[in-house]
Amino acid sequence: MEATTLITLQWSDWWQLFQHFIGLSMLSVGGAISTLPEMHRFLVEQHHWLSEAQFTASVAIAQAAPGPNVLFIALLGWNIGVNAGGYLTGMLGVLICMFGILLPSTSLTYLAAGWLGRNAGMPAVRAFKQGLAPIVIALLIATGWIMASAHPAGEWHLWLVTMVASILIWRTRIHMLWLIFAGALLGWFGFI
Amino acid sequence: MSAQHSSPRSPLDLFVSFTLIALQGFGGVLAIVQREIVEKKCWLTPEEFVEEWAVAQIMPGPNVVNLSLMIGARHFGLRGALAALAGMLVLPLLIVLLLGILYTEFAHHPGVVGAMRGMGAVAAGLIIATGLKMFAGLAHNPLGKALSGFFGVACFAGIALFHVSLPIVLLGLGLPACILVYRKLRLSR
Repeated sequence: MEATTLITLQWSDWWQLFQHFIGLSMLSVGGAISTLPEMHRFLVEQHHWLSEAQFTASVAIAQAAPGPNVLFIALLGWNIGVNAGGYLTGMLGVLICMFGILLPSTSLTYLAAGWLGRNAGMPAVRAFKQGLAPIVIALLIATGWIMASAHPAGEWHLWLVTMVASILIWRTRIHMLWLIFAGALLGWFGFI
Repeated sequence: MSAQHSSPRSPLDLFVSFTLIALQGFGGVLAIVQREIVEKKCWLTPEEFVEEWAVAQIMPGPNVVNLSLMIGARHFGLRGALAALAGMLVLPLLIVLLLGILYTEFAHHPGVVGAMRGMGAVAAGLIIATGLKMFAGLAHNPLGKALSGFFGVACFAGIALFHVSLPIVLLGLGLPACILVYRKLRLSR
């Protein structure tokens, strides 16, 4: 990662870190990424536990790596911990941040899903799930659209890659890893 | 695609399945979940998948993590939920940490920068395609084609083109859509 910043963390600081993520967990409707601005304000601007470069790199690496994007929070925790000492405090940072961001939301989802499952026949439950269905599908397409819009202006070949990839996945049974690999190769050799 | 329904054999099966799904998920795991769980393993029908996704998305927390937890819980309760959750997170977490450590060395290599751009462009396409495929799950929706289409287009326009915030879109479109479905269900009784 970028040049390590040295910080000292007291137990009260670790506790504050845990509380921060516990609080954000319940606000993270639409995914943990939606609370990104608040994390940045707290971790980088207010407490200086992370450098700007470490924050940005954490998000970028988690996006490029396999697995759910929420793992950027593990990297944030890792960097905070490494800044505060070494790999051992790094692991502590990972655990504190991941448990903080996941414990409240997953508990709530587990309870809610159980309740919805037991009352699946209720008209209100059916209406809730089926009413939202077209909206969450459109939300997904909008997310892809926004990701594609992050391509710098005038980079039409990136748009072309996005379009071809979506048509191939939509219409054929080609394995997605081949497309990701092809995208990486095209990028590596500077074609896009 | 076969219509038959199948289910995971054990929590271990869930753990392994979700680990493999997560490891294939570059830039968005949902596309892989949809293909593996609906098209290959048939643990959920397209309709069930859309409905589970609606709940997973509306709840706070990472959507695809919520989804895996719910699929696990459907079959083996708390044990299943934890197994699916662990599958989704444990191995990918270790890989991400490893990449984080390696990143220092290669962050500015032009090939790496380009490859990440290329992967990002493909990942955007995967997500769009997953959304397009999920339209199959609307076939029997009580809203009907025209209204489903209206809510879908309005939501896309709000989020993608006019950058309206998510809570406002969910309240402004989700609430009326749910009320409409509720009334249709009531009338059809």
